[in-house]
Amino acid sequence: MLNINNGASKIKREILVRIAKLQLEGNLEEGVHYIPREMAPRNSESFRCCVYHDREVLRLRVMARLGHSVEDYDDEKKLSEFAREALEREKPTEPMLTVLDDACNACVRAHYMVTNACQACVARPCMMNCPKNCIAITGGRAHIDPEACVNCGICMQNCPYHAIIRIPVPCEEACPVGAISKDENGKERIDYSKCTFCGACMRECPFGAMMDKGQIVDVIRKIMEGKKVVALYAPAIAAQFRAVPGQLEAALLKAGFSKTFEVAHGADITADKEAEEFEERMERGDALMTTSCCPAYVRAVRIHAPDLNPCVSETRSPMHYTAEMAKKEDSGYVTVFIGPCLAKRKEGLDDPYVDYVLSAEELGALFMAKEIDLGSCEPLSCSSGPTASGRNFAQSGGVAEAVRIRLKHPERLKPFVINGLDAAGMKQLKAFGKAAAEGKSAEANLVEVMACPGGCIAGPSVITNPKVAAVQLKKYVSTGK
Amino acid sequence: MSDKIKVVVCSGTACFVMGASDILLLEENLPEDLQGRIELEGANCLGYCKDGANGKAPYVTVNGELISGATVLSVMNKIREIAYA
Repeated sequence: MLNINNGASKIKREILVRIAKLQLEGNLEEGVHYIPREMAPRNSESFRCCVYHDREVLRLRVMARLGHSVEDYDDEKKLSEFAREALEREKPTEPMLTVLDDACNACVRAHYMVTNACQACVARPCMMNCPKNCIAITGGRAHIDPEACVNCGICMQNCPYHAIIRIPVPCEEACPVGAISKDENGKERIDYSKCTFCGACMRECPFGAMMDKGQIVDVIRKIMEGKKVVALYAPAIAAQFRAVPGQLEAALLKAGFSKTFEVAHGADITADKEAEEFEERMERGDALMTTSCCPAYVRAVRIHAPDLNPCVSETRSPMHYTAEMAKKEDSGYVTVFIGPCLAKRKEGLDDPYVDYVLSAEELGALFMAKEIDLGSCEPLSCSSGPTASGRNFAQSGGVAEAVRIRLKHPERLKPFVINGLDAAGMKQLKAFGKAAAEGKSAEANLVEVMACPGGCIAGPSVITNPKVAAVQLKKYVSTGK
Repeated sequence: MSDKIKVVVCSGTACFVMGASDILLLEENLPEDLQGRIELEGANCLGYCKDGANGKAPYVTVNGELISGATVLSVMNKIREIAYA
């Protein structure tokens, strides 16, 4: 698994900071043109063949940060035009992801390769065990015939020298639902009818070729227009920064938001309703219920495990309830959900109460652009806070626990946590679906599912190492009611 | 063995956004020969980000010596340099 903070993610954040600064100076359209040149100056060390290639790739990265699909790239169109279009649009556009072909080209099709650790031994277990008979020893080394090889991996498993390796395609590997494959030119394509927007590909691509489309320009614009832009921050966001209670709120106001809402309040509503729903479902004889706050999970069920559909809780997500609360307070609010999640971008687009969804990276960039340091902010006093359990939604197990403590008979709850929808998680999911379809009672009656292993604090757009975030979340949770 | 090598990781917002949290976990990644040789501390914003001449965030000091654009690797190299000086 890639580090959260790697070379590719740092480039992304630097672009975000530059865009935010330019926009705040009222100079985005003019200044955006120079970003690639400033980030890859002449005579600097290049990632690719030369700085000119790097600049071209940066241009495309800037496009995505402005919220465009790089598939709409046009040689003749200047970045300033893309910036203007971003400043004029009223709504973010689908799909939530975009693929940078120019960076992606580097990946070869997943295959097995014999390395020079091969001893051309006498036993030759690779040859002996190959079901397709596609390995030959020539020139003192085993060779795999790529035409005949079916990528079964038996040769690798049997080589006593560990001389055979598998070269994967990281994004395809990361995708738990098989939505990514190569087109006829070998470039990766996302099948959006299968994609759950979990963001795993984005996190795992070593070239940063799988990109989300930014909304930072839209949010800054609304703030600069003097609209009442309110920040709805997810519990996972509180775990991203080193700060004492009240400092994040102070920083958000300083950044230009006119009010802040803790999404943990919405989480309390979700937990209350889910507990109630769970009791009703158990009463009427349902075998199990699953949580519903992770939008990537819900989409995974709808598309890939439909057997489980009736078991998914009908309760809405903490984001939804918090946004509803905000819009009911004042319908003029521009609601901005802030979280580390890609799937929330899709959920937000489909929810009339949510106007924009900002990522943790974008919020961080906004703070940097405005030179706001949370630790230096005078903490605001927060009166009626949400519960500790609502704040703990951000990590795996937190939702099930929040439901449990709200039940009249908590001892009747048999929770099961699917901690991450990787291939193994998808398998568990389908197994529960099968049990539900056959009316069998499963080993659990409440299944909590988090698409990201570890929960939201390990979301695809976090800035803080999840281990550090877990410690910071604990502090945040401990100050809840 | 002489005094411990003091590593201060700036944990101000800018440094955190640019990846300081990974460096806070440095002790988990230390090779055997350096284990127990460092004293690691996360600090409030040290202010280096206010002056572009200091380079880029994240900032780390090792025995007072500033490393900009710090990574686990660059910090570790500096520690090794001091440990074997």
